Order: sequence, then structure tokens, then C-alpha cells
Amino acid sequence: MRSLAYLFVGIFFGFVLFKSEAASWFRIYEMFQFQSFHMYGIMGSALLVGMVFVQWVKKTKRKSLFGEKIILDKKERSFVRYAIGGTLFGLGWALAGACPGPMYVLAGAGFVPILVVLLGAVLGAFLYGLLRSKLPH
Amino acid sequence: MLYQSWPWYVSGPLIALVMAILVLMGKRFGMSSNLETFCSIGGAGKFVDYFKIDLKSKRWSLLVVLGAVIGGYLAANFFSPDPAVEISQATVNKLQELGFNSAGQAYLPTELFDVAVLSQPKTWILLLVAGLLVGFGTRYAGGCTSGHAISGLSNLQFPSLIAVIGFFVGGLIMVHLLFPLIFGS
Repeated sequence: MRSLAYLFVGIFFGFVLFKSEAASWFRIYEMFQFQSFHMYGIMGSALLVGMVFVQWVKKTKRKSLFGEKIILDKKERSFVRYAIGGTLFGLGWALAGACPGPMYVLAGAGFVPILVVLLGAVLGAFLYGLLRSKLPH
Repeated sequence: MLYQSWPWYVSGPLIALVMAILVLMGKRFGMSSNLETFCSIGGAGKFVDYFKIDLKSKRWSLLVVLGAVIGGYLAANFFSPDPAVEISQATVNKLQELGFNSAGQAYLPTELFDVAVLSQPKTWILLLVAGLLVGFGTRYAGGCTSGHAISGLSNLQFPSLIAVIGFFVGGLIMVHLLFPLIFGS
């Protein structure tokens, strides 16, 4: 039952990403050219609603639907990993025109070459795991 | 409405809704950690302990990924009779200068994402390098657009702000400095 719920959340998410054009390489390029409000509107409004939601969860100490305590992710303090990792991610995001979520969506939409990007992304994650102990965090 | 592209003020709140549902189900909204799960499934745990994880605990997230694939399939095949993305004319002009003649006429540039261009080694290199940067970068930064820009910033996490600024620095360098070198003739 819960499995089915996760699957449906994913279907909904994939549908929204495709229809919003957030999964389009062109929209990402346009965003980095500052030539449309579209992507900024998507992220800004998602963030606004998200913030209100998170504040509500915190204020009301909401339990999850299954009665467990909700633990919101705390990101550990650091500068270098976020700055370097983030910049490398941005370089790839602009070139691929897709971040991980849209990659899955585009694979489903039938764009075969995105599988090469996905392969690269998995290899990149593997490379990070290999080098992790040697990288500044 | 369903068959056209959706405006930002519909799309953004719906993405937040996805995060809200996952949080209310006791989970997190983050797409890039699945990349590590794929490594673990592929046997990366034999090389690095970092990838020795309990796969069962990642099952829910893989289901979300499977759903996203299905959602993309449904949206592209049954709900998008005209998938061409109407980007601004200024963007179309810039892209045409770079040799992207499909700008304004397709969902993804055929110059990079048509099966036919996979016959060129340059396409493979570009797509593979792009993927490597995304995969390495997102794990180093501990999250991607969903984990940092939406989840992290929603929870007012300062590290996520650094990461998102990094995303934009990288993106701007790629589009403004490197694209003319990669695609310009």
C-alpha cells in the first residue's frame, strides 16, 4: 500500500516536471541567460510554499501520517564542499540541461541519449565515493 | 490546459506539494541520493565501504524514481501533442548562433538528444561529461535542485544557500564562457 503511494507520488512528480518544462534543456539555458521568469517562478513559488509548509510542520510538531516523528534534514556545516560541489553540479546542470529528477523523467519520455547522461551521473557518484576520504569537506 | 505546458505558478506549488507529501510520509524530497543507490546495486560496495548500504531502506526512493519515469512517459506520450518549448525569441536567436536550430521547435535540442547524433563521438563525450559533473557535484555538495534548492532552502539551511549559489556560478560559467567554446564554430 505504501509502496503504491510512493509510486504515485513519483508519477505525479514526473508528470509535473515534464509539463512545467523544468525538464527541458531549453528552459535551463534560458534561465542562465536571464531571458525568462519561468524557471525562477517555478523555483520561487515552490520555495515559498515549501517554507510555509516546513514552518507549519515545525510549529505544530506534526507527526507523519504513520504517527512517526518528522525529522527534517539538517545539512552539516561546511563551506568548501557546498561551494565546490555546487559549482561542479552547476556546470553539468547547464550542459546536460537536466538535474537528476528530470533525467529520470526524460528517460521515461523516450529521449535515449539522456541514458548516457544518467550513466555519467552514476559514474560521477561512484567517483565521489572513491575519492570521498581524500576530498576536503 | 492539461495538454499545454503548465505555467510556473501552477508547477512550482505542485513541486512543493510533492515535497510535502514525502515529508508527511516520513521521508525526504531528494533525487540525487538515488545515484548512490544505483552504485550500491551495481556492486560499488566491493570497492568502497561508503556504498555498503541497506538497500531495503532505499526502496521507497527507488519507487519514486520509477514513478518519475512513468510520469515522464505518460506526459510525453499522451498529454503533450505539441511539446515544443516556447522560449523567448532572444534565447532562440542566441541558440541559433551556437548552431541549435531546433530552438523553439522541440522539447530538447535535437543537436544533443536525437538518437541520430549518438553516432558522433562529440555527443557521447559531452553527455558523459555533463553527467559526471552532475553526479560528482551533487554528491560532493550533498544534494541537488530538489535536496538543496527546494528542501534545504525551505528549511532555511544556510549550507543549501551556498550550494544553490554554487549551482548558479557553475551554470553561468558553462552557458556564458564555455558554450561559445564548445558549440561555437
